[in-house]
Amino acid sequence: MEIPYTVEPRPDSGLANGKLGIWLFLASEVMLFGALFSTYILLRVGATEWPHGELSVKLGAINTVILICSSVTMVMAWASLKLNNFSKGRLYLLVTVILAAVFLVNKYFEYADHLARGEGPWHSTFLAIYFTLTGLHGLHIIGGIVVMLYLLGPGAGMWKTHQEQYVNRIEYTGLYWHFVDLVWIFLFPVLYLL
Amino acid sequence: MHADPEAIKKSIRSYMFIGAMLLVFTGITVAVNQFHLAVPAAITLALIIATIKGSMVASVFMHLSHEKKWIYGALLLTVVFFVVLLFLPLLTVKGGIGTPIGHAPAHAAPGEGH
Repeated sequence: MEIPYTVEPRPDSGLANGKLGIWLFLASEVMLFGALFSTYILLRVGATEWPHGELSVKLGAINTVILICSSVTMVMAWASLKLNNFSKGRLYLLVTVILAAVFLVNKYFEYADHLARGEGPWHSTFLAIYFTLTGLHGLHIIGGIVVMLYLLGPGAGMWKTHQEQYVNRIEYTGLYWHFVDLVWIFLFPVLYLL
Repeated sequence: MHADPEAIKKSIRSYMFIGAMLLVFTGITVAVNQFHLAVPAAITLALIIATIKGSMVASVFMHLSHEKKWIYGALLLTVVFFVVLLFLPLLTVKGGIGTPIGHAPAHAAPGEGH
């Protein structure tokens, strides 16, 4: 039996199932990160002193640029597929995966540098919330990479059989990816600059 | 959501423009940091810039500028809960959790209890 409303919008909401589903998921993600931002505020307000300049602004800024570029390539992948250009769409998606991987490599060097100096999450309240927030964000990056690799590999066969549904999946993945970018846009100043 | 190719081609230009603007705002954020402003001013400025960047991502890349009302409704509800969540810690600071409203816990006199 075919699952209804995977492509055509529901008459009541005007939305396909996946679209409403991904937005509800993102709403739950807002609450997840919101709880941690709230924790950050509580810890910071309650602290007698808060460290400044412990993190590399240069690496943080580079990672911000990388994620912004990946958001552009992600939305371009969707636009290319909408214009019926599969090879270009795939190329943009591949570039997005590469940029995401570069982000993680940068993060690895950052973590390794801290841990080599014995500055793990146990070292201070600041580093505890830093590792928690960026670690959770990093897990989201890994999740995005897994989904994009699926859509580049085995999932790409859908382009031939269910083209519109495939384009919708890219759109939903894009929504998730832009959210991950959006979270970093707030994490960067909060953790690296303030 | 755009369906016709002409509208999508037009959108591509706005994606590129917004991408460039996000990079410019990132540069501004880092540049402002070099001025070593007072902490309250630095926090305010950095969060204003981050909010502008976030709005650009949400409205253009996530197409929130022209979405269906169901999604706006879900997000409005999320914003309400998010604001409640942000202010929830204040209750713990005031020590009101577990105490009936209007019955603030009285401080125990020295030597009292135990």
